[in-house]
Amino acid sequence: MATIVETATGTVERTEVDPVTLDLIENGLRNARYEMDEVLFRTALSPGIREQHDEFPLIGDPEGKMVVGQFGLSIPDFLEGFQDTIEEGDVLLTSDPYSCGAAISHANDWLVVVPIFHEGRVVGWASMFGHMSDVGGKTPSSMPTDATTIFEEGVVIPPFKLYRKGVLNEDALRIVLNQVRKPDWNRADLNGLVAACRTAARRVVEMCERFGTATYLSALDALLQRNYDAMKVLLSAVFEEGRTLSFTDYICDDGVGYGPYELKMSLTRTGEKVHIDFTGSSPQAVGPINYFINENLTRMFFGIYMITVADPQILWNDGFYPLVDVTIPEGSYWRPRFPAALNGRNHGIGRVFDLFGGLLGQTNPALLNAAGFSSSPHFMYSGNYSSGERKGEWFQLYSIGFGGIPGRPLGDGPDGHSLWPSFTNIPCEYLESYYPLRIEQWVTVPDTGGAGLHRGGNGVDVTYVFEEPGTIAIHDDRWLTYPWGVNGGAPGARGTKWLERADGSRQVLPSKCHDVPVRPGDVLHFVTWGGGGWGDPLERDPELVALEVRRGLVTARGAERYGVCLTEDGAVDREATESLRDQLRADRPAELPVFDMGPPIEELLARCEEETGLPAPTRPVWAG
Amino acid sequence: MSYRLGVDVGGTFTDVLLVEEGTGSTWRCKTASTPADQAVGVLRGVEQVCAEAGIALSEVAQVLHGTTVATNAILEGKGARVGLVTTKGFRQVLQIARSYVPGGLAGWIIWPKPEPLAALEHTVEVDERIASDGSVVRELDEDDVRAQLATLQDAGIQALAVSLINSFADPAHEQRVAAIAAELLPGIPVSLSSDVLPELREYERTLTTVANGYVQPQVKKYVQNLAGQLREGGVAGELAILRSDGGLCSADKAIDSPVTLLLSGPAGGVTGAVWVAEQAGYRDLITFDMGGTSTDVGLVQGLDPRIGRETKVGDLAVRASSVDVRTVGAGGGSIAHVPELTRALRVGPQSAGADPGPAAYGKGGVDPTVTDANVVLGYLPTTLAGGEITLDVEAARAAVGKVAEAMGLDSPEAAAAGIVDIVNENMLGGVRLVSVQQGFDPRDFALVAFGGAGPLHANALGRLTGAWPVIVPPGPGLLCALGDATTSRRDESARTVLRRFGELGGTDLVEVLRGLAEDAGRRLTEQGLAPETQTTGYQVDVRYHGQGFEIPVDVDATWLADPGSLLEHVARTFDAEHERLFSFLLDVDHEIVNARATVTGPKPDVAPVSLPEGDGDPAGALVQDHSIYVGGEHVPAGVYDRAKLRAGDVVTGPAIVTEMDSTTLVLPGHVATVHPAGSLLITPAPINDREG
Repeated sequence: MATIVETATGTVERTEVDPVTLDLIENGLRNARYEMDEVLFRTALSPGIREQHDEFPLIGDPEGKMVVGQFGLSIPDFLEGFQDTIEEGDVLLTSDPYSCGAAISHANDWLVVVPIFHEGRVVGWASMFGHMSDVGGKTPSSMPTDATTIFEEGVVIPPFKLYRKGVLNEDALRIVLNQVRKPDWNRADLNGLVAACRTAARRVVEMCERFGTATYLSALDALLQRNYDAMKVLLSAVFEEGRTLSFTDYICDDGVGYGPYELKMSLTRTGEKVHIDFTGSSPQAVGPINYFINENLTRMFFGIYMITVADPQILWNDGFYPLVDVTIPEGSYWRPRFPAALNGRNHGIGRVFDLFGGLLGQTNPALLNAAGFSSSPHFMYSGNYSSGERKGEWFQLYSIGFGGIPGRPLGDGPDGHSLWPSFTNIPCEYLESYYPLRIEQWVTVPDTGGAGLHRGGNGVDVTYVFEEPGTIAIHDDRWLTYPWGVNGGAPGARGTKWLERADGSRQVLPSKCHDVPVRPGDVLHFVTWGGGGWGDPLERDPELVALEVRRGLVTARGAERYGVCLTEDGAVDREATESLRDQLRADRPAELPVFDMGPPIEELLARCEEETGLPAPTRPVWAG
Repeated sequence: MSYRLGVDVGGTFTDVLLVEEGTGSTWRCKTASTPADQAVGVLRGVEQVCAEAGIALSEVAQVLHGTTVATNAILEGKGARVGLVTTKGFRQVLQIARSYVPGGLAGWIIWPKPEPLAALEHTVEVDERIASDGSVVRELDEDDVRAQLATLQDAGIQALAVSLINSFADPAHEQRVAAIAAELLPGIPVSLSSDVLPELREYERTLTTVANGYVQPQVKKYVQNLAGQLREGGVAGELAILRSDGGLCSADKAIDSPVTLLLSGPAGGVTGAVWVAEQAGYRDLITFDMGGTSTDVGLVQGLDPRIGRETKVGDLAVRASSVDVRTVGAGGGSIAHVPELTRALRVGPQSAGADPGPAAYGKGGVDPTVTDANVVLGYLPTTLAGGEITLDVEAARAAVGKVAEAMGLDSPEAAAAGIVDIVNENMLGGVRLVSVQQGFDPRDFALVAFGGAGPLHANALGRLTGAWPVIVPPGPGLLCALGDATTSRRDESARTVLRRFGELGGTDLVEVLRGLAEDAGRRLTEQGLAPETQTTGYQVDVRYHGQGFEIPVDVDATWLADPGSLLEHVARTFDAEHERLFSFLLDVDHEIVNARATVTGPKPDVAPVSLPEGDGDPAGALVQDHSIYVGGEHVPAGVYDRAKLRAGDVVTGPAIVTEMDSTTLVLPGHVATVHPAGSLLITPAPINDREG
């Protein structure tokens, strides 16, 4: 447990805060949080943060509760495991999920925590973590798809003082940076994280000076209370007392031959509290796909889903946590035992979105989206230039791919977009200027979005042509199970990856692989999956379907899934459409299912090799 | 005698300002805008103002115009049907839109995706490929180009945009497509990405090029029509249009690159603010333009507005230089509400608009707006000097009372004060964006307030930011026209260089910059500006190799004389700026991304006005005694007629100063001093003068 050293004595008495001051402080905190993003984006060097914005900021109250941020991480858990003092000027750093109660969930994420002091006492915490594109280990980008322990995943930094009373621990930093492939990237990104946290600290101190520390701290309490009160009302309005809702989704495989892993979530309201239970989920994975989550993160994900629709302007925070109990079984996919491998947990985080959507949507139609692009598939390419003015120089690309946003109550899911906030793709011209590759096409694939009244977004085919020998790595999922549709909507298409070798041969790649050698002229098709459809596709306006055929987003054949027939020149054939729709209606059950998950798992496994070109994985089982 | 005309067309009014260059005397005129054909209203205003000044139209040497035609085409979605030509494999570049979804976690659930500016069914791809170093991977298939253009012709496109991959490195294929288009699609304007924005990043370049084509037909029609009508009306002088970056260009140039005009309107405000601040003796200022639905905030250092590389209009963000104004989605018409769930007080983003408008306008509005709050507090007297609108206090109180009830406050005044505080805080957020977040301390700047609502909120904003004095120009509503009338000609050339310093010689960079300067200078010369009257500024965008954002670095013209140390100068300047913005440096090679040259014509020689000297006592301008609610109590406040104030008069707050198109609030503990050039300068009162 950390010992906080404060020179001020006595406590700050809480005081009444008028509602307007409260809103002013809420605004100030929101501005400070966006300023943190801005500082980091503009200074980072690694592509993961710089172009794709894989980072998450937070400002906490003196106890470490998040008062503003979007990816609550638990400072209390961090402090619990930190055996040292904390003083003014200290900056703490860790990348070890197992030493901070899963405040971060893999060793690529570097977490910086800064205590905010004002007049000799802690008035809050600023913290931010970002995904480092490389942290050493056996593969470039440090995400070996066959890892079975965290020791294979690069440098794991225990919580320590990067700065002690404002003085940088240069030796420790040197030791850490000595173990990574691109130390310049890590150094710049780390500088950016620290600068962002210090910016937030400055803003908090300014608010203490402007409003008075007592008022500022009392306002934080009130903001936390505001979330608590709001959530209490929402919970009783949305969930029936005593009724248990459950939903199960899957991770297709773990990189070493096991899968699909079942992810199960249940929810029951009793009185003013709800209980979220992960019991029934698969055991921890052998491979590196475990998603080590803690109770607070679960609460945070849950809360975001609940409140996004109710008051989008609310300052999102931890205040409602006492209303949510969480059970995470030890040794499960969600709470693996040390030293289980964690690097590929991005699928699990993404799948949490689908799980909550499927769970909460059952009683809250505004939240019932189809299954979406619930991951962040990774593509890596690295090697040494073999010729030219850069001969011998190391190149290393890390990039995130995007796919189909699901059909939503609001409308169609965008094609080839990101489910993650503020993520963007790396432009083709940027990639070609900095890496020895060319991009042959960057298109969304027609018909990959699930059919529905609101169509699921299409997946993307990015086709890379390699110009230097090197190796590639891929982290993706949903190659076996389907992105499900809802309210009569059809599932989206699954993802797939293959190489067309310069010698003319074709090789299907697993959705998780690394160290795959490539030669100049080899072509990789990196095809992501589509979003599920929402609502009855036979209700979709035939003119819209025809327009989307002209746009190349749906094929003429694909239009038939909407019961739409087109004439040769692409216009809607009214008569044929009507009779096709009648026929399709007659051939299906009168009541459409809420969820369409595609064929059952047994059937998917039986047809796996034939349909995907990849061997079927082995289903994981709990020991004994 | 030589006369310049500044013309600003707003949604409701067209402002025309005639300046006699020698004396600085001005005549102004406000006429109703004519949205169907804005030129009609402009000409009417021009005729009126000339009649008032007693001059013939033929005596007007120049008409300088900030226009919102391009902006409105975007905001109203009424631009041209644009056909887009891309490289094979990249037809969906606008559909994918960098995969970006705004908002926080789960924000995708509630995000309505806007339709691309060039529809996907009007986007074709042609077989060709250029590599990032400019070498040709695949030659352009001209038969394919002809076939694809034919399909666009059948689709009835009104403008063509061409944006091929890596065209910033070699424009040859784009130029060839343009040549074929000229042959096959005569009369259809063509925008090439290598002309509009020869910079790396295909999405941004394509979007900017399409935006250019999208607004072009309307801009062309409007500008040609206006120029023609002015000529027919007898105006001898030529028409010049204000660009987003605050420079002027000829009518022809405006028609060629209308994407550079998207912020023409706000640019007029900023340049006008610079003019009045300079007259009042201030060189560093923050501009605060608060209108009915939104507020623009910008920063000016050493009389030079900060120029940003991005232009944002509604949902659209294109890469074009513009005055770096940030828009806050709140203004006088913003509606206050209290969500049931959280019981927090929110102001905006919904707005009452012009119809029904605030409750106080008595046109059926019932929602409480910021204007209603100002009425409840007594900041907007109901009997305005020369005012055309009578304000309905009871309606305002009823509307604001709903907020008081929802929040459990005991009076409409308390709720109104909360609404005003919240909206001021939103404004502070905007000021922070352009100041502290860019490493500037607002206390080192003056605050120039204009727009319909700016002068009402300016004193409070000064207090929040510490930016003193707060300058309220005369006729704040006419500031844009003033800006139009007092700015210079400008043109700019830019290109992507993308080389690390280690791979680039100083001589190479000098050559690039000189070439760009020649380009831009030649275009200004063609517009009739003698080369010896032109001033050239150089700029490069620099970053540490591997960073995703660049920092613009001004290149001193004298550095070009010594190529050997040029890069060192640039690196040192960049490091200083990086340190200032982010408080650290990196030991990584620098990289130049873009190079730019900006050529500016001479500044017009317009003399300032000079008010008659007063004796410091504003009593002669006092119209009535009034009561306002401030700091939790009702206090007496004088209402002054601005037209009767003399130079040196000091109005002590609490007070209200009214004029034809605006109302200024002076808070308790503050004074407004009348500057001889006409502006009000609000500052905190000297300590011993303050009451209580």
